[in-house]
Amino acid sequence: MNTAVSTMEFLRPATLAEALETKAAHPEAVPLAGGTDLMVELNFDRRRPPALLDLTRITELAEWSEVDGHIRIGATVPYARIITELGSRLPGLAMAARTVGSPQIRNRGTLGGNLGSASPAGDGHPPLLAGHATVELASVRGSRRVPVDAFFLGPKRSVVEPDELVVAVRVPPATGPQQFAKVGPRNAMVIAVCAFALALHPENGTVGTGIGSAGPTPLRARDAEEFLAAELDWAGGRPLPEGVAERFGELVAAAARPIDDVRGTAAYRGHALAVLARRTLTWAWRDHTGRGSCG
Amino acid sequence: MSNHVAVTVRVNGVDREIEVDPRATLTETLRDRLGLTGTKKGCDRGECGACTVLVNGRRVLSCMTLAVTAHGAEVTTVEGLSSGGELHPVQRAFLENDAFQCGFCTPGQVMSAVACIAEGHATSDDEIREWMSGNICRCAAYPQIVASVAKAAAELGGAAR
Ligand SMILES: Cc1cc2nc3c(=O)[nH]c(=O)nc-3n(C[C@H](O)[C@H](O)[C@H](O)COP(=O)(O)OP(=O)(O)OC[C@H]3O[C@@H](n4cnc5c(N)ncnc54)[C@H](O)[C@@H]3O)c2cc1C
Ligand code: FES
Ligand code: FES
Repeated sequence: MNTAVSTMEFLRPATLAEALETKAAHPEAVPLAGGTDLMVELNFDRRRPPALLDLTRITELAEWSEVDGHIRIGATVPYARIITELGSRLPGLAMAARTVGSPQIRNRGTLGGNLGSASPAGDGHPPLLAGHATVELASVRGSRRVPVDAFFLGPKRSVVEPDELVVAVRVPPATGPQQFAKVGPRNAMVIAVCAFALALHPENGTVGTGIGSAGPTPLRARDAEEFLAAELDWAGGRPLPEGVAERFGELVAAAARPIDDVRGTAAYRGHALAVLARRTLTWAWRDHTGRGSCG
Repeated sequence: MSNHVAVTVRVNGVDREIEVDPRATLTETLRDRLGLTGTKKGCDRGECGACTVLVNGRRVLSCMTLAVTAHGAEVTTVEGLSSGGELHPVQRAFLENDAFQCGFCTPGQVMSAVACIAEGHATSDDEIREWMSGNICRCAAYPQIVASVAKAAAELGGAAR
């Protein structure tokens, strides 16, 4: 054991206002939510923060609500609650949440922590991208909202400033089918090889996508979104034209910027993404047209 | 020494007041400070489930929990399950089904099973396998573990069959 005395301060704000003041005074303090990313780093001495800022006592961050027609999910709401309480209104996000870790991890892990880590493999990110979510950040200087596709800057890097906290995520409730799929061992103790989220927005005839684990950040496949939005027969609900799913898959794979690593080669990731994109589109369109015909 | 923090935590129904290093996990604190060695440390990184305990009734990994964050909470470990010398139905089912070999994973399996049943996630063998997936058994006693959870669920009324 290292005998050099190193201490860690533990800061326990009771309110969000107090937390923001503390963060401004101690920008080096590392926020702690569910701890499911951070504790691995602490237990294995990969990180020795001089101070931790415990967010778990702040009730304002632990609730979700409806604001301006959006679902506003507090940063420390655990995945288990997103699944049980928001599954019908945010189905894509809930599907992704169901694949995170294990029941124990889902009882503790949060979207705020997923965003805070800003891992390209974070499973919360693809459905937030596909669902056109915005991230609410706050500091003593004020608060701001960042569209989630402008949140990530690089591997484990985001726009969060040293004095800021992720306060909430705002997601419009689903207006059409949403899907999430990932390639990786089902028993999810392992990070995904790649992941894909799809959201159809029939109210304005647009498509949302999100790619995970296949680039330096989570990504949108914009060309694929535009292509598909133009090809789908939104009102009539006709079956997918020949070749559309294939082309959609190709465009999704083309949007990825995968690297080779121990979990898979870039070529395999591209192939897997195309498969996930085709599959989720087939499910989502069946869902949409099925719904269309009965209502 | 240094900057220990005072923590009050109710463990297995008894209020405990301790001073902890803010870096100490709940696993270490239960085992080394409170002498509750039933809770096991397998991986210390959230992957095995051996350290599962209940915090305010929900199953969590004590290795992923700092003891300081348990301030004011109610913690239940495997030592707190039996009452008046009577084993908990889950413990009894594990014994009757031989649901272990080395036993290292068992306290975590049992705690996870108690929560799994209470959550209503033990209504079929498939569901049990899915919702017990956070607990690894290197001895691969899985068939017996699933059978034990199903049996205890039936007894506790947590199974819809
Ligand atoms: C066994 C295991 C399996 C896992 N499986 C998956 C998986 O399948 N998919 C997946 O996506 N992830 C997985 N993870 C990773 C982890 O569970 C998730 O990333 C989770 O969302 C992290 O949330 P948390 O609340 O636990 O974060 P914490 O560990 O508390 O924090 C993570 C980071 O975010 C920062 N942070 C936390 N909250 C805020 C905030 N409000 N504002 C600013 N910064 C903040 C922290 O300082 C820290 O740097 C797994 C982890 C483990 C241990
Ligand atoms: S010791 Fe906590 S999950 Fe392995
Ligand atoms: S009984 Fe040995 S690890 Fe499960």
